[in-house]
Amino acid sequence: MPAANASEAAAPAAVQTTAATANTAAVPDAKAAAYPPAPKLTASDYPTIRGVNSRVAVWLVAQLHLWFGAFVLAVPIFVFIIEAIGMATRDERYDNMAFEFMKVSIIAYSLTAILGGLLTFSLVLFYPDLFKYLATIFKGSMFAYALLFFAESAILYIYYYGWHWLQGGNKKWVHLTLGLLLNAVGCLLMFLANAWTTFMMSPAAVDAAGVFNGDTWAAIHNFLWNPINIHRFVANVAYGGSIIGAYAAFKFLSARSKEERAHYDWIGYNANFIAISALLPLPFAGYYLTAEMYAYSQQMGITLMGGVFAWIFIIQAVLIGALFLSANYYLWCGMGRSEGAYRYNPKIKYIAIVLVVAFLVWFTPHTLVLTNAELKSLGGPYHQYLGVLGLMPAKNTAVNFLIVFTFLSFMFYRRANKIATVSWVTTGNAIQIALFTVGLINITLLGVYYGYFTNNVYKVAASIPQVLTTLTILVVSTIIDTLMYKGAKEVAPLHWGRMPARSQYALFLLAVAFTWLMGLMGYVRSAIRQHWHVQGVFRDNSVDAFTPDLGYAANIVSIGTILFMVMVMFIFWLNAINSRRAISKGYWKKHA
Amino acid sequence: MINIIKVSGFSLLMIGGFSAYSNYGIPQIIPAPPPVEEKLELGAMTMDQFVALGDRIYNGKGTCTLCHNAMGRAPMLDRIGSVAAENLKNPNYRGTAKTVEEYLHESLVKPSAFVTAGFGKAGSNDTESPMPDVSGGGIGLSEAEIAAVIAYLQESSGSEVTVAIPVLPASGAGTSNAEEAAPLKTPEEVIAKYTCGVCHVFAGHDLENRPGTLGPNLARIGATRSREYLRQALLDPDAVIAKGYAAGMMPKTYGEQLKAQELEMLVNYMAKSK
Repeated sequence: MPAANASEAAAPAAVQTTAATANTAAVPDAKAAAYPPAPKLTASDYPTIRGVNSRVAVWLVAQLHLWFGAFVLAVPIFVFIIEAIGMATRDERYDNMAFEFMKVSIIAYSLTAILGGLLTFSLVLFYPDLFKYLATIFKGSMFAYALLFFAESAILYIYYYGWHWLQGGNKKWVHLTLGLLLNAVGCLLMFLANAWTTFMMSPAAVDAAGVFNGDTWAAIHNFLWNPINIHRFVANVAYGGSIIGAYAAFKFLSARSKEERAHYDWIGYNANFIAISALLPLPFAGYYLTAEMYAYSQQMGITLMGGVFAWIFIIQAVLIGALFLSANYYLWCGMGRSEGAYRYNPKIKYIAIVLVVAFLVWFTPHTLVLTNAELKSLGGPYHQYLGVLGLMPAKNTAVNFLIVFTFLSFMFYRRANKIATVSWVTTGNAIQIALFTVGLINITLLGVYYGYFTNNVYKVAASIPQVLTTLTILVVSTIIDTLMYKGAKEVAPLHWGRMPARSQYALFLLAVAFTWLMGLMGYVRSAIRQHWHVQGVFRDNSVDAFTPDLGYAANIVSIGTILFMVMVMFIFWLNAINSRRAISKGYWKKHA
Repeated sequence: MINIIKVSGFSLLMIGGFSAYSNYGIPQIIPAPPPVEEKLELGAMTMDQFVALGDRIYNGKGTCTLCHNAMGRAPMLDRIGSVAAENLKNPNYRGTAKTVEEYLHESLVKPSAFVTAGFGKAGSNDTESPMPDVSGGGIGLSEAEIAAVIAYLQESSGSEVTVAIPVLPASGAGTSNAEEAAPLKTPEEVIAKYTCGVCHVFAGHDLENRPGTLGPNLARIGATRSREYLRQALLDPDAVIAKGYAAGMMPKTYGEQLKAQELEMLVNYMAKSK
């Protein structure tokens, strides 16, 4: 099994570090002699096609494949959960919603496969030596990947086309089991592809010259494999939720009846819930990945966070801020579904203020790029007051506040149309208030202490206790709330469909911002290798080996996002025409 | 259809906004191009040039300043000459170096031999350094480049530069046979090989056989000129022209032709000619 934590993962890393440096005393396998070293290429070794930029072509195709792959792998995860909820509650609405989600993803599945094929073609065409080198090491897992893809397709089609056939009693259990199998194979596919990607970042089982020692498992189980697996798994769920949310928003806006609007409002709400539920732990998964990058190579970590890529994290802050704000805005709009929620309206403005302040802190850059005159006037690259907000502890504090207050928005929404009837409601509320207050004070104190009263080296040490505090607030508060609102009295009904159109644009913003952010962070993950195909062992000597400036990278990401959104709109449109029935009177010959 | 146009327009607006912010809202830093393997002409280098090479590697290809800076990620090296001597006596030192120069070399290729307190990998109790071996991986410095960094570290920390300029060609310098690589052994051999005597008179030379002098008489040059002047005159002959002689007469290729040891030998020889 993959390493569950950093210390466990450190063992193969130690082997890797030894292997990928000049100290090649690590005894390679007897088969080592059969494997060639990484090729030393020149610019002329890279095939070109007139008018096509190889790097941009591969970049766009890979990114589009990844977006669709993330979506089609994520949907079955929450479809499985929704189907199980439907089975447990015997509420058919859940079953119908789960099927509708699958309906959207089934077309996307074909596009994922097409783009995967195109990516392989592009790599073989533009980077044949790189592909050959990777295939030499991963030939076994690449073949397994192809076979698994067939298995995934077969299970998916039985799962989807057999949905209405496998209903009721044991048949439903068989269907649910197929869903589980589909997810297991899907995850395995993603983990295999992740291994090839992370091998390029943190190569293992090769020596300094790139000679493979024959240990395929070590190459797969490289240092960054598990951190990427976890990060992508969580991010995919959040991303899948956001795309389904956009689909529901589109259908809501196009709805012609009240019932249709209510249906898609409900689907949109659930999709947003899925997206937010996965979005909350996502910063922690991202933090774990970055920490592991530092652990693997301090040089790589610093290049990422303190070097040329550092400014990307300011763009990331803007995007994540937009994600949190739009998700919260949608929740606040949703409170209009019930008159019972009006009592919480005065509190929303305070949540909004905290979210905006937290966003601004996260957004504050550490160093400023200034002219000499500006530097002189400021007395250095750090602002006298705002400079301290640029440090990691301030940003960690801000992101924890964002998460806690988003959770608070959700709690208010959940309570909107209900009144708790248990005898200990006052005590329960008091405990929750105390929990939030103490937790937030703890997060602040940790941030301030570690940020400004310790040595630089320990500045990030606040992150773990801060995360644990946030998780404690979330988990304990959810448990108390669940128990407290068991059998709660409904004070006003929820009017599904009673949502302003602007709330649906918040769902669209969520999907667009997520797509763009994934593209940007995907670029950073890949670009951190700089002029290496495989970090430290296989140099990129193509004319595109340079690291582009951020504006250029952002423009490519934007082009990719537009292409993706066009394809997504195409899928939505296909779904829409699929349900239309035109009556062509007199066209068909009548038979007796 | 109107909804498709509306949501597409909204999405385009968002994407445009993100792109515009990335292009105009943040500074556009142009990342440095990939490092090019430099052809090092070590044979023609003076120690000052060698130290300058170390400076370039330290601040560039070596990526040393990513961590060894005021941010406190790694120890500052501004006093490394004296600190290294202290570290060698530290009970936590686990290396095999005997001299400061050996210690610096060891620190670059086996950084865990001694880890400064507080700068070890998390959880290693300062027994494992997060620093990579600079001779491998993504940095990949050659032995000559490592020697240049050591020279720079010694020089910049105010210590005596003990490292010698390597004789062997550095990484990327191309191959050459042993005969060509071997430096000449005496100043006389150098003067003979490079036919310096055609234009100059050297101490002890038979003046009768060298009646005509196209260049200045160097028989007692050490009495009036410093070593630095002489070195410069060999590497950049037109920098200062002796009175009564024309510029452009002496070839400017000796910097490329002379090996470092030959150059220093010739400079020493002339400096002692008084």
